[in-house]
Amino acid sequence: MRIDAKTIEDVAKELYIRALKILPPDVKRGFDRLAASETSSTGQNVLGTMIKNITVAEATDNLLCQDTGIPIYNVTVGRGVEFGGGDGTALKAAIRLGCERATREHPLRSSIVHPLTRKNEHTSCGIGVPVIHIDHADTSEGVKVEMIPKGSGSENNSWLKMALPADGVDAIKTFVVDCVLDAGGKTCPPTIIGVGIGGTADLCVHLAKIAATRALGTECADADGARLESELSEAVNMLGVGPQGLGGDSTAFAVHVELAATHITMNPVAVNMQCHSARRASATITDAGVTYGF
Amino acid sequence: MHHDLTTPITESQVRALRIDDTVTLQKTLYGIRDATQIAMFDRGRTTRFDLAGHAVIHTAPNVKKVAPSAQDPTGYAPVCIGTTTSARMERFTRPLMQDYGVRLIIGKGGMGAASLAAFGALGGAYLAIIGGTAALETTWIEAIEDVDLDDLNPESLWRFRIRDFGPLRVAMDSHRGSLYDAVDVKARDKRAAVLATLGVKSR
Repeated sequence: MRIDAKTIEDVAKELYIRALKILPPDVKRGFDRLAASETSSTGQNVLGTMIKNITVAEATDNLLCQDTGIPIYNVTVGRGVEFGGGDGTALKAAIRLGCERATREHPLRSSIVHPLTRKNEHTSCGIGVPVIHIDHADTSEGVKVEMIPKGSGSENNSWLKMALPADGVDAIKTFVVDCVLDAGGKTCPPTIIGVGIGGTADLCVHLAKIAATRALGTECADADGARLESELSEAVNMLGVGPQGLGGDSTAFAVHVELAATHITMNPVAVNMQCHSARRASATITDAGVTYGF
Repeated sequence: MHHDLTTPITESQVRALRIDDTVTLQKTLYGIRDATQIAMFDRGRTTRFDLAGHAVIHTAPNVKKVAPSAQDPTGYAPVCIGTTTSARMERFTRPLMQDYGVRLIIGKGGMGAASLAAFGALGGAYLAIIGGTAALETTWIEAIEDVDLDDLNPESLWRFRIRDFGPLRVAMDSHRGSLYDAVDVKARDKRAAVLATLGVKSR
């Protein structure tokens, strides 16, 4: 199938706005689960305000959080798809234009500045931003576009440690617990704690981001990784950091782990967190049209 | 204990606040952010606003441009106004209080030892608002009354007219009380036990 640039542009615009306004159902269920078991009255109170905010955002058609984040688009291209002129540059340009239009036309706060001059172009775009990842899938037809407005409060608390093979999995577990302690309330807990393990330094950090932005209720494809997820999920909620770092049981919705093979000399671990406003939206474009979801 | 405060407030009003009290603010609130304070305290910019006795919130709002009117005198209408992580702005708490007389800082995630010392020495407090709940907080803001240093937009210095802004939780007070420190100490005390449940052998 052939997809024209205008369709991609419109989808990119719509997804940014949808992601900022409607929290995915798995995250809403995550809130219900935490609220049902929170034993701290402060924690209950904070969770209650967060849940109320989700309702107010939908009722007033407003953004959940003032932070419009760093826009990230993950594109999965199925079999036999061609874009406008036929190359990937048209696809990237269309996404960028859609992101810019969402910012101008809604309007949204542009949170993006040049890293040295700090100049804001008021487009939510800049050098290398929006972040666009393009992957291919043999199994599907059409194109899936996922949009993640990644909030800075959680992104500012990101870590990489090139641990030693001799320190083993213990080093990984200790690192995750220490990151949660250091983050305290700064990441807007309850969070989804993304842990990347293995790979190169850059792949390890990227895996942590994939883990942090994965839907709640999904698990690591590797059995050992999945076991580590459930152990860590239980452990971090024993620390008592709680919602907003004000104390309580609900420090994290879950710990998610993503793995890659690594070198015999290496034991890399990275942590990237997603705040409680764990926003994402997706669209699937096929011959039948555009379907929006999460 | 709950306090309903109309800004500006006095030193004795702020010293009456204790951690875990709740506060609802009325009338005026100023919005301030990283770039605003870098401009004011590192680059010698000044503001025409009188911040003495006032509350500032760490924010950079989503706004839309409209025709200036009695309701929107600046030509900006609020879209979505919330808060940001306060810890980045730690070094500005003391000058904000010392040079401008600010009494209350509103934000999320808490601030550090330098801010706590400034609250004690000069009479101030930190009020926790729930991060990521901006849709709700926007309903507590009646209008954008004025804006200064707007070349820094969205990190301008904003003056909001507020009504029933809260409840906010006193999370750091002028008597060396900090909910964040208390939670952090307790959490770090549990570190060894938590690592033990994970089967981590300490070497």
